[in-house]
Amino acid sequence: MKALAARRHHRAAPVVLLLLALLVTGGVYAAFAPSPAEAATTSTSDIQTGKELFQANCATCHGPAAEGTANAPSLVGVGAAAVDFQVSTGRMPMAMDGPQAQAKPRQMNEAQTQALAAYVASLGAGPAIPTDEMVDPSKGDPANGMALFRTNCAMCHNAVGAGGALSEGKFAPSLMQTSNRNIYQAMLTGPQSMPVFNDANITPEGKRDIIAFLDQQHQGSAGGLDLGSLGPVSEGLWAWVVGLAIMIGGAIWIGAKSS
Amino acid sequence: MSTATPAQTKKNAEPTTPAGKAADYLDQRTSIGVAVKEFARKIFPDHWSFMLGEIALFSFVVLLITGVFLALFFQPSMALVTWEGKLPQLHGQLMSAAFASTLDISFSVRGGLLMRQIHHWSALIFMAAIVVHMMRVFFTGAFRKPRELNWLVGATLMILGLAAGFSGYSLPDDVLSGNGLRIADGVVLSIPIIGSYMSYFLFGGEFPGEHIIARLFTVHILLVPGLILALVGLHLFLMVLHKHTQYPGGGRTDKNVVGFPAFPVYVAKMGGNFFFIFGVLALMGATMAINTVWNYGPFDPSPVSAGAQPDWYMLFLEGALRLMPGQAEIVTWGGYTLSLNVLVPAVIVPGILFTFLLAYPFLEAKVTGDHREHHVLDRPRNVPTRTGLGVAFLTAFIILALAGSNDLIATHFHLSINEITWIFRVLIFLGPWFAFWVTKRLCLGLQRKDRELVLHGHESGRIVRFASGEYIEVHTPLDEQERWLRVNYEAHKPLELAPAADSRGVKRKGYSTEKRWHRLSRFFFEDRIEPVTPAELAAAHGAHGHEAIEAQHDEHAALPAGAQRADQER
Repeated sequence: MKALAARRHHRAAPVVLLLLALLVTGGVYAAFAPSPAEAATTSTSDIQTGKELFQANCATCHGPAAEGTANAPSLVGVGAAAVDFQVSTGRMPMAMDGPQAQAKPRQMNEAQTQALAAYVASLGAGPAIPTDEMVDPSKGDPANGMALFRTNCAMCHNAVGAGGALSEGKFAPSLMQTSNRNIYQAMLTGPQSMPVFNDANITPEGKRDIIAFLDQQHQGSAGGLDLGSLGPVSEGLWAWVVGLAIMIGGAIWIGAKSS
Repeated sequence: MSTATPAQTKKNAEPTTPAGKAADYLDQRTSIGVAVKEFARKIFPDHWSFMLGEIALFSFVVLLITGVFLALFFQPSMALVTWEGKLPQLHGQLMSAAFASTLDISFSVRGGLLMRQIHHWSALIFMAAIVVHMMRVFFTGAFRKPRELNWLVGATLMILGLAAGFSGYSLPDDVLSGNGLRIADGVVLSIPIIGSYMSYFLFGGEFPGEHIIARLFTVHILLVPGLILALVGLHLFLMVLHKHTQYPGGGRTDKNVVGFPAFPVYVAKMGGNFFFIFGVLALMGATMAINTVWNYGPFDPSPVSAGAQPDWYMLFLEGALRLMPGQAEIVTWGGYTLSLNVLVPAVIVPGILFTFLLAYPFLEAKVTGDHREHHVLDRPRNVPTRTGLGVAFLTAFIILALAGSNDLIATHFHLSINEITWIFRVLIFLGPWFAFWVTKRLCLGLQRKDRELVLHGHESGRIVRFASGEYIEVHTPLDEQERWLRVNYEAHKPLELAPAADSRGVKRKGYSTEKRWHRLSRFFFEDRIEPVTPAELAAAHGAHGHEAIEAQHDEHAALPAGAQRADQER
């Protein structure tokens, strides 16, 4: 200890201390930082767990070997991406029949979802779950994403992804709360009424650009409250119920002022 | 100071304050003092609903102020440019100069986005205030002689407001407004024979062409505002010339105006109202985003986004188009297409609505056969058919506007858009009829209630027992003002129809036309509740004996009065 104390005024001491501090900070960070979700490596045990989960939760409609029934399509060849999208957004297992499966709190945790995805992927080749890099908005170009979104997505999902109506009670959901991975998977697998945008149609980079554009929308817009981003109808409604209502209130107030 | 004495003697006649001197200077050269004195002493009646037109006027002033600012920066050109602005989602994109300059106004010009938003909110409020003002004028019968022409001026202003709004929101050349222009082009194309030529004429070639933005710019900043300004001037001039209408009440007749002088009362109120409205509009522009063109992107004829709708005042047209079944498109002989699926909802339906609005004052004058001047307003209940027709009109307008929002109704209430559309297809026929019927019945009921009140008085809750054992509730008679309000109206009777043949048995010319008017007049005035006449009032009071009961006299004639009253109301 004495040797250490003697050298504390050594000219190299600050540098050594700084290096030590950096080392400690880095080490602590490495130990405590949230580890990025690693794509589960498919193992036989996963497939087995997935199969059991499938038979308990999905086989009623999709058939015992996922071959499909009159009520639900075959899942052979839909791929892990489709399973991850449907199960992680809570759309599957479905709570009730209806025009389309509704998003709801997820019924399966991440591990169970991965096991199910692994099982379905083992039935036939299909799109895999995208990696974090593929859906990273910071790597995309929002300008190209907006152009792609406008031509391919906005006619159902609205200009900024606030959602829109389809026929017979079906609808294109709002994308304001959708995770980047789910957006990518939806484009890749075409759930419900949505068409498939395969990699020849919109390249993986294009998909990432779209995610970058939507990520910008999630951060809000210039100009104040966005009023739901629904366009002129909501603007007109607010003009009447806020603007004109206040002005008529003002007219009544001024009219009631003693003359 | 040898000149002080003469100046002192003249002092009474000469103003001393700077403002006074300036006014005197002006007056000696223009004699404007006469007009100012006349106008300052002009009497206006007092009611908050007379300020609804002011809301429209003041939002128009705000539109002019903000519009001048926007015109300084906007480039009405469809030349293609690459935008190098700072918004990442549009950076480096190819777009028209009009869209690029709109983006620059929004993101580079200091205060530009605020001005754009105030301008757009003011436009929505301008139209809303016009509609509410028209409703007030319609339901109170303020359009009657001598004001029919002013109603026409006002209705024209409303139509010009639609034109101003449409030409304005098309200017930024974004996808949404381009969709609106495409619909307008489709409507023009649907006009038989001349449609396709008209479209080429308007757009300078095939849609969208390269001229439409510049043309709309001229329409939006020169033509339409010029016309609106001129007609607003005429509108206000006629209002001053006719004198303002007043609500019915004690002492108010067609020959007087009961109210306060313009100066200082209404000058202060109008000034206050102007700043209030400017303040609300500025607050809306500052806090609520409107027409976020950077989300829609530069115009390109191919994309249409979900929730593509026009501003609210054009929503009825959108709704009519959405309701019309597409099968109505027919191919006539010679291979020409007659697009009734567009022509009916976009030309004929608004044609019917506007014709009704423009023609109504003349229609009502004809069926009442009333040629007198009216300066005292009607209470809406006292003209049940007019009130019913007005509510039916509004119902049709609202149903069409809702039909124009059917996709948003579907997503927000989890309904099927197909079912909503079918419900509205039925409602557009049944709704106005039902609204008319209900409103008319409500008006008649309210009139009966008024009669009842006038004849019986207010319930007092005081029960009196007679010596004979009979119980009776004492009613408090109405005071003069209350009674005046309820009895001072006219229940028009249907027109009398002269016989079909004259005294020599020859069929009269024009009889069949007269018969049609007579039938319309019967529709208007067959169901009516006559106001209580003084004789009825005297009879009811005498027989009923309120005053007598108050004076503790024994009276048994209460029951026959009730029977008699039922008789009168029949």
